[in-house]
Amino acid sequence: MQHTLVALVENKPGVLTRVASLFQRRSYNIDSLTVGRTENPGISRITIVVDTDQNSAERLTAYLLKLINIVWVEDITEKPMVSRDLAMVKVSVNPSSRAEVMQLVDVFRARIIDVGNDSLMIEITGSEEKIEGFIDTLKPFGILEMVRAGVVAMGRGANPLGDPRVNGNGSGKVPT
Amino acid sequence: MKKLNGAQIMWECIVHEGVKQIFGYPGGANLPIFHHLTEYPIDLVLPRHEQSAAHMADGFARVSGQVGVALATSGPGATNLVTGIATAMLDSSPVVFFTGQVGSHLLGFDAFQEVDVIGITMPITKHNYLVTDVNDLTSTIREAFYIARSGRPGPVLIDIPKDVQSAVIEWEYDDSPIHLAGYKLEPALKAGELGSAAEMIKQAKKPVILAGHGVLLSGAMQELKDFAEKTMTPVAVTLLGIGCLPASHPLNLGLMGMHGEAWVNQAIQEADLLLAFGMRFDDRVTGNLKSFAPAAKKIHFEIDRSEINKNVTVELALIGDIGESLRQLAPHLEASDRSDWNEHISDLRIESGKRDIKNLKTDKLHAAHVIHDISLLADPDCIVVTDVGQNQMWAAQYFTREKPYTLVTSGGLGTMGFGLPAAIGAKFARPDAEVWCISGDGGFQMTQAELQTLKQEGLKVNIVILNNGYLGMVRQWQELFFSRNYSGTPITSPDFVKLAEAHGLTGLRITQRSEIEAAIRKAQETEGSVVLEFKIEREDMVFPMVPTGAGLHEMIRRPETLP
Repeated sequence: MQHTLVALVENKPGVLTRVASLFQRRSYNIDSLTVGRTENPGISRITIVVDTDQNSAERLTAYLLKLINIVWVEDITEKPMVSRDLAMVKVSVNPSSRAEVMQLVDVFRARIIDVGNDSLMIEITGSEEKIEGFIDTLKPFGILEMVRAGVVAMGRGANPLGDPRVNGNGSGKVPT
Repeated sequence: MKKLNGAQIMWECIVHEGVKQIFGYPGGANLPIFHHLTEYPIDLVLPRHEQSAAHMADGFARVSGQVGVALATSGPGATNLVTGIATAMLDSSPVVFFTGQVGSHLLGFDAFQEVDVIGITMPITKHNYLVTDVNDLTSTIREAFYIARSGRPGPVLIDIPKDVQSAVIEWEYDDSPIHLAGYKLEPALKAGELGSAAEMIKQAKKPVILAGHGVLLSGAMQELKDFAEKTMTPVAVTLLGIGCLPASHPLNLGLMGMHGEAWVNQAIQEADLLLAFGMRFDDRVTGNLKSFAPAAKKIHFEIDRSEINKNVTVELALIGDIGESLRQLAPHLEASDRSDWNEHISDLRIESGKRDIKNLKTDKLHAAHVIHDISLLADPDCIVVTDVGQNQMWAAQYFTREKPYTLVTSGGLGTMGFGLPAAIGAKFARPDAEVWCISGDGGFQMTQAELQTLKQEGLKVNIVILNNGYLGMVRQWQELFFSRNYSGTPITSPDFVKLAEAHGLTGLRITQRSEIEAAIRKAQETEGSVVLEFKIEREDMVFPMVPTGAGLHEMIRRPETLP
C-alpha cells in the first residue's frame, strides 16, 4: 500500500542526495518526493510517498533515521492527516468544447490560470484522488502538457511534527 | 588563540582525539597536510597502496578498540580507498578517512585528480563531509570521530580541499558538547520489554544465543558469559563474533552458518528460542530463511533499529547497546539448568568430531592440519588476521580463540587482499602480540606489496600462505555446483620464498605434514617477518557447508573418511 513519510532534515548540501541514494540502494520506488522550506530556516521538510508493505515502511523509516542529517521521520499514513498535491494541466479546447471544460473546472474547484486560442491552462489543488479524477475527466479533450508538484502532507491538530510530547516514545529521534 | 592553517588544525584535532598512529599516502592534494604532520606526535605508516592504508586503519581499530585513521590524496588516492571503506562499513568498524581534494574554486571543473569522493562514498560511509570553510574543520572532525565510534560504529570520511588546508585563522580548540540534531543514540529499554524477554527465556527449553560482532563492539563479553551461565544457554557465534566467549568455555558451541560446525547449526534448527545478541541474521548465518530455526521464537538484541525484521521476523526486539541491555535484563533472569538440552548438543558434537580431518591419520598436507597445529603452538594471546576464502573459513574453524579482539577478518564485504594490510594494522595496535596472518595464494597476491611496508617499519608478522594453486573457495563452488568447470580459478604464484627474501624478509616452504611444527617454531624464533608457504592439497574442501538456498540442516557434512 502507499505510505506517506514526512521527514525534517537539516538544511545542508547533499541531504536530498543522501535520501534519494538511500531509496536506490535499498530498492524502494518513490511515488512522490517533495522538498520545501519550513517555519525554521535551518530545517527543510521532505514528504515521501512510497508503495510498499508495512514491514518495509518501518525499515525505511529506520534507514532514514540513521542518516545523520535527518532530524525526524514519521510514517503518517495511519494518522489523522491532510495531504495535498498540485497539478497544472494544459488542455486542448475548441469553440465547442471550451464551455464544457470550464464547467468541469468549476465542478472540481480548479482554476483557469491561462487562456490560449485553442488551449486552457488549469491549476488544481487537492488530494491525489481528486487530481486523478480531474485528469481522467480531461483526457477525452486532449491533455497537451501536465506537471504535478508532488504530495505534501501534515498531521491534524495543534502538535507539530516531531513534537516529543506526542512522539517521544522511543519510536524516533527526539529533536533537542 | 594561535594562528594555524587548516592542515595544522586537522592535526591538532586528531591529536585531541588521542590518535597516535595513522596510515596514509601523500599526493598533490594533501601536501599541506603531510607538510605539517612532522610537527605533531603522530606516527605515519606508508602503505604501498591506499586500499592497504584503509585495511590497516581498519585492522588497527578492530584490535585496539580505538578509531583508526587513514589518509589519501584526491582522485585516484580517494578511489583506491573505496574497497577499504566499504569493508569497514559492512563490518561496523570505526575508521575516519581524510582525503585531500582539489582547491574549492576548482570543484566541479574536472580538475586534475578531481573526483566526487563524497558522492562515491555516500552509500559506504556512516556519514561523510566536504569541508569548504576552514572555520568548520574543528567541529567536523570532532563530529566525525564521535559518529565513527558511537552507536553502531562505522567509517566516516572527511574531504578537505587544498585551499582549506592552507587557509589560516585564529584558532583554539573548541571542546563544547557535540550537538547533532539528527543523531540520537537509542534510549534505555522499557520495563515491559525486559519482563517479556525474561518470561520467554524462562519458558524456553531449548534456547540458543547467537552472539555477533555487537558483543565485541559493546565490550559485553562478561555480560554474555554471565547470561549464558545463569540460564545455561549454549552460545553459537558468528564469524565476527568469534572471541566474545572463550572457545574453551563449555557453553561456547562455536561458529554457526554456512561453514559452521554441524552441531551448531543442528542446535539452531532444533531450538525453541533464539537470542540474537548484536548480530544481523546475515545470509551466511541463516541459510534459507524459510527453513531457518522453524520452531524457534526469536528475540533480537540490536543497537540498529533498521536491522529489526530485515531478514528474520522476530517476536521481540530489544533495541540498544547489547551490554547495557544485558545489564538491565540480568536482574529479571531466573537461573535454570537445561542439562537435557546441553547434553543433547554434546552428543551431536561428539558425533561430528569423528569426521574432523584433524583427528584422521594422513601424511598429506591439509589446511586443517596447518591451522590446527599453528593454533596449538602459537602464543594463546596471539592475534589472527585472515584473508578471505577457504583460508578464512579454516582459520575460523581451527584457530581456537580464547580472548576477544584476537580474530580480524573481513566478514560482511569478504574483501580478498584484506589479510596482510589488516595484520600490519593489528600489529601496530598491539606491538607486543604475536600476529599470524592466514591467507591463500590468491588473496595474498592482491596486496603482497605490503611485504615491503613490513620491512620498512621493521615489523614482525608471521604470514601463512595456504597455496593450493587455485582461488580455492570459488573452485570449491565450481566443483560442487558448476560441474568442476574450473573457469578462471587456477592461479600461479611467484616463488614466495624468494619473494620474501627479495623484500628482505624470511621465507619458508612446507610441503609435508611432518615439517609443520619445525616451521612454526622457526617462524616464531626468526627476527623480522616470515612468509610460510604451505603447499596444501590442491582440491581441499571447506566442510561442513550449507549450499546457497539450502537450510542450515541441509549442510554438506565432512566426509567420514579421507578424500
